[in-house]
Amino acid sequence: MSKTNDMVTVYIMGEAYQVPAGSTIISAMEYTGFQLKKGVGCREGFCGACATVYRERGDYRIKGGLACQTVVTDGMVLTQIPFVPAEKPIYDLKTLTPDVNTIKLLFPTVFRCVACNTCTKACPQEIKVMDYIQALKRGDIVRAADLSFDCIRCGLCALRCPAEIVQYNAAILAQRLYGRYLAPRSPELDERLEEIRQGKFAGELNELASLQREELSKRYYERTINLK
Amino acid sequence: MEIGYYPGCTLKTSARNFERTALAVLELLGIKAVELSEWYCCGVNFSQVQDNLMLQLAPLRTLMKARDSGFTRILTLCTMCYNTLRRASLFLQADEERQRIINDFMDRGAASYRGDEVTVIDLLTLFREIGISEIGHKIGRSGIDLKVAPYYGCMLLRPREVAVDDASDPTIMEEVLQSVGCQPVAYPMRIECCGSYQIVNEPAVVWQRTRLIVESARQNGAEVMVVLCPLCHYNLDSVQLEIQRTDSRFQTLPVLYLTQLLALLAGIGEGNDWSLHSVDPRPILKAKGLL
Repeated sequence: MSKTNDMVTVYIMGEAYQVPAGSTIISAMEYTGFQLKKGVGCREGFCGACATVYRERGDYRIKGGLACQTVVTDGMVLTQIPFVPAEKPIYDLKTLTPDVNTIKLLFPTVFRCVACNTCTKACPQEIKVMDYIQALKRGDIVRAADLSFDCIRCGLCALRCPAEIVQYNAAILAQRLYGRYLAPRSPELDERLEEIRQGKFAGELNELASLQREELSKRYYERTINLK
Repeated sequence: MEIGYYPGCTLKTSARNFERTALAVLELLGIKAVELSEWYCCGVNFSQVQDNLMLQLAPLRTLMKARDSGFTRILTLCTMCYNTLRRASLFLQADEERQRIINDFMDRGAASYRGDEVTVIDLLTLFREIGISEIGHKIGRSGIDLKVAPYYGCMLLRPREVAVDDASDPTIMEEVLQSVGCQPVAYPMRIECCGSYQIVNEPAVVWQRTRLIVESARQNGAEVMVVLCPLCHYNLDSVQLEIQRTDSRFQTLPVLYLTQLLALLAGIGEGNDWSLHSVDPRPILKAKGLL
């Protein structure tokens, strides 16, 4: 294979660059000399910091994805988004109720959703974004928290929404409401907390805390993991 | 009989009394309403804008989901949803160009939609299908001396192509009320508008409309009013106490969903959260032996 076959042309903010085929968008940009200080994070598709939009040759659509997970194609037009300037209401979870009124108060834009599904199409996590926004619209906090569970807050949904909804911040609210008010309580947790309060583990913990680094390290590597 | 059921957002929030009592009554009538596994807000108002098809996506998406779940028709209880979904169907059916644009925008891989695959029906149409006498037979009670003002509002009658009955002289609610042993009250304001979303920016309009409608029903002997629209219920019920505060001569009238009354007649006492009513209907219902 000749050298040119191993390279593709990408356009970064309008300027053409040759980059190795098979690069991710982030590695392609860094290959050309850009230093990314914002809009990049774990590089493992997990943190959501590197949301980006791009266009591919011959396709009129703006597409979105994570720059660390999306492989460049020949003729791709790129830019990086350092930050999503999305609205974030401040609230005190203790004073809220887990129902539709809270959504109306803190995220009134949710009720502007026209079910166009652009958010779902934009989501790199393949979350049914529009479905959880619709669930919020009818006060179904449990469904919204469940559907949005895998959200990594990259912000692409909010960037693309024609109704200006900030879906991912509404999702955090749903998850918090769920956690505080709606999740089934586990009796085991209360039992364990009581055991801790009564000092059941104090001896073991104090012993560990008193160890020197070498002994601690030895114990760590010799430990057995009991998954039961 | 089984039928696909589209609840809509309001029936899951402020109109819970409507949903609970309607489902209980339908069960009694041998109808199993199967809620769609995935559904979206209908868009609330049918968009009058001819060239912004994005505003039609919400109702059409739900109809596509219904089709994909194997339903050829779906029941809506909320008359706003009925009106919006039904008109969106007609809007699409009429025009191949619109179908092309809508389907192009829908999700990749989704089967295209013509608009006629799923029929949207309302509760009164279903009642007529079941048979008014059958409803009277299963739900009716004799000796209930209750004068009921049926209120139709706009969404079940206008525009004419989605009207569930004669758009200028409907009789279906009166027939149902009569069959179950109530006395339907004839009054001139039964198909007038309640003021609708003017409640948001011009609440005075709703005050004025409510006053006209309630006084008209009262003057003709009504003891309760029944509705099928959550917005009519909100408007007609919620502003009455405020009107009374400014004018003590104003006599309030409890407003119920038709299905709340039917459920009580059938002896189904559960499903009602009375705190969702401004004008408390319990005194009159107790007086008539329904509570």
